[in-house]
Amino acid sequence: MPPLLRVLTSCLLALILSAPAVSASVSREQIKGLDEQVQDIKSEVLGIAAELGRLEEKLLYPSGTQVSLFVSLAKGDTLRLDAVDIRLDGRDVAHHLYTFKELEALQRGGVQRIYTGNITAGVHQLEVSIAGKSGGGNDYRVTTTAPLEKAVGPKLVEIHIAGSGQPGIQVRDW
Amino acid sequence: MAGLRRLLPGVIAWLACSAPATAELRDLYFGEALYQAHQGRWFDAVARLDNELGQHYGVDERQLDSLHLHVDDAEFSVGDFELSYRMHNRAGRAITAVLEANVAPEVRNEAAWRLARVYFQKERPVEALHALERIQGPVPARIRDDVAFLRAQVLIANGRLSDAIAILEDLRDAKGFEGFAAYNLGIALYKAGRLKEAGVELARAGLIGGDDKGDQAIRDKANLVLGTRLLEAEDYAGAQTFLERVRLTGPFSNRALLSAGWAHASQEHYERAIVPWTLLAARNITDRTVPEALLALPYAYGKLEVHGKAALLYGQALESFGNELTRLDASIRSIREGRFLRALVREELAQDSDWVIKLRELPDAPETWYLTELMASHDFQQSLRNYLDLEDLRRRTAEWDVQINAWEQLVQTRRAYYEPLLPDIDRQFRLLDSRIKLRLEQRDLIHKRLQSMLVMPRPDLLVTAQEREAREALAALEREAGTDARVRDRVARLQGVLHWNIHTDYDNRLTTAHKHLRQLDQEIVHLKTGHQAFIRSRQAATQSYQGYENTLRQLRLRSRDANEKITRLMARQGSLLEAMAVEELDRRRARLEEQQVKARFALADSYDRVSRQQEAERAAK
Repeated sequence: MPPLLRVLTSCLLALILSAPAVSASVSREQIKGLDEQVQDIKSEVLGIAAELGRLEEKLLYPSGTQVSLFVSLAKGDTLRLDAVDIRLDGRDVAHHLYTFKELEALQRGGVQRIYTGNITAGVHQLEVSIAGKSGGGNDYRVTTTAPLEKAVGPKLVEIHIAGSGQPGIQVRDW
Repeated sequence: MAGLRRLLPGVIAWLACSAPATAELRDLYFGEALYQAHQGRWFDAVARLDNELGQHYGVDERQLDSLHLHVDDAEFSVGDFELSYRMHNRAGRAITAVLEANVAPEVRNEAAWRLARVYFQKERPVEALHALERIQGPVPARIRDDVAFLRAQVLIANGRLSDAIAILEDLRDAKGFEGFAAYNLGIALYKAGRLKEAGVELARAGLIGGDDKGDQAIRDKANLVLGTRLLEAEDYAGAQTFLERVRLTGPFSNRALLSAGWAHASQEHYERAIVPWTLLAARNITDRTVPEALLALPYAYGKLEVHGKAALLYGQALESFGNELTRLDASIRSIREGRFLRALVREELAQDSDWVIKLRELPDAPETWYLTELMASHDFQQSLRNYLDLEDLRRRTAEWDVQINAWEQLVQTRRAYYEPLLPDIDRQFRLLDSRIKLRLEQRDLIHKRLQSMLVMPRPDLLVTAQEREAREALAALEREAGTDARVRDRVARLQGVLHWNIHTDYDNRLTTAHKHLRQLDQEIVHLKTGHQAFIRSRQAATQSYQGYENTLRQLRLRSRDANEKITRLMARQGSLLEAMAVEELDRRRARLEEQQVKARFALADSYDRVSRQQEAERAAK
């Protein structure tokens, strides 16, 4: 075997079988030490985020007037959801265009909180329009209206979208 | 320890969760956390779920909270989200608490496996092995193969190859582990010096089925390792077979093409070596195999006595090396000027799942073009991810500062609006409130009387105002009549009529009175609803601006403090990254300079050969 080839193959094997060495000037301890500190600051910031979340809810969306709208997709649905428009008592409150990542997250069972706001107690009118493409590639547009009854506590509403099976929009009270 | 105790019930629930995720979602906020997690937004996912779990454990009747139907899944998920967010310590501490608690053996064993996984990911194989050694007794069936595979990997990392080999041999046919077990078995056998058996296992791993990315990668890697090993063992034809199995588009294709060329060249099949090397030479020069191909290709043409073409290609290689050296210098300069770190946090990278590959093509950012290989190193990758996470945290905390200011202003505006209004409203309300109380007392009295009249009739209480007046008038007439018998008779007759009416109409009157009371009750319901609504609105008005100052002030201090810490950490993390990047570029520079020297000599040699060839041809003529 030519010497050049011997060197080359040894280098290649080393390259494939083990992670490459990083640096002579940066020690593993330095990297680990910093990583520990990064983990600590993550914990700290998560703690602040939790408190801010609670405060935001109390300050901006008190339970007496709070309404939250969530969007979910039927499990295993092939609908390619492009956009959702929501009107509450004739007023536009939410409009969302979906990225591939967001659509995939919905298809995998995630639920998107699309709107949080305040309304008075009583009956309101919710109107939901969706646009997308069905599994077969055809345009799919549906609009539905439903009453939304707000009582004293926070109001949670799920907008459940299906493109196949029982296609359409279901407005579910929680 | 208090924190651990708080975590413990949840983590036990997490580990005890043996069922797959509940099919039907019963808590929208849990679904929201999943939505964030499925997009890789780990901070938001952990924050959302932490908040939900905190609220769940804070309520008195947890079974009334919709999360209680998902609480096991939620605990399981938050632990996984923390690991994905590279918060190994937090996840590790919680798992250790389980190990030290009095729990079922299955739960403790799963905790030990998870802890070992954390240690292994942190490249601490000795601690990982200690954690695995704590597994005793039954292991949940769904993780049995995972435990065995991790144990084998940990044993390899600790140099206990024969133990690892025994485990991997048993795992070769386990569903989902076929390729990975065979590949790791091949590597373990190779490291143990059992080369022939290693070859068989790697060949097996190189032929496993499946089309997902993991299967394709393990096939390519196995074929590349085996091909390169055979090349080293001078079995060129054998090497060729396996190297040609590596896909031309995968992450291992460049190395496979280079080695395939050498396998042909070593058999003096230079015309065949030209094919993979030509393919490789046309690829992105930032990959370290491409300059090798730029030198190897003219070498093959030289061997085929096509010295003119060889000279031309050496010339092109020299030009490429020169250009690359200039770009490398610019990259090193650019990194030292801080542009590397700025390029890493560019928004377009954050949006792209293939951002590591995009580094090579990022416009106006030459400092990132050479670093894709550095990304293969765990340390660099970890440092880079930490840097990107810190940047995300820095942005968040900076935004919170703005948000907190806005909230403070909101509170002040509310205070300025409500405070002058509320005293007068409160005064009016107090008046109304006392009237309402009075009316309610009256209603209760009437109700009480009517109830008692059901058992003890009291017609006098149901006389009308007109009858009362008539009765008083008749009493006055009776007094005035004195001894006038005619008048007294008439008065008595009229009193009798009055009495008759009051007593005979009693039942009707009682029914009507009850009907009126029910009507009154309906009005009282409206009154109470209005009263409650006012009280809630009144409370909401006060709560909308009172009691926030201290909380906001403290949160601002904490957020700013965190922001400062993050900025300091980013500077240190950034310096590390820059040092690693510059070092890598220096290495690349040194290697390119060597290749440049080789190319110069080879070019001169090719020109000599061309000249000699031409002279020989002239002489022959």
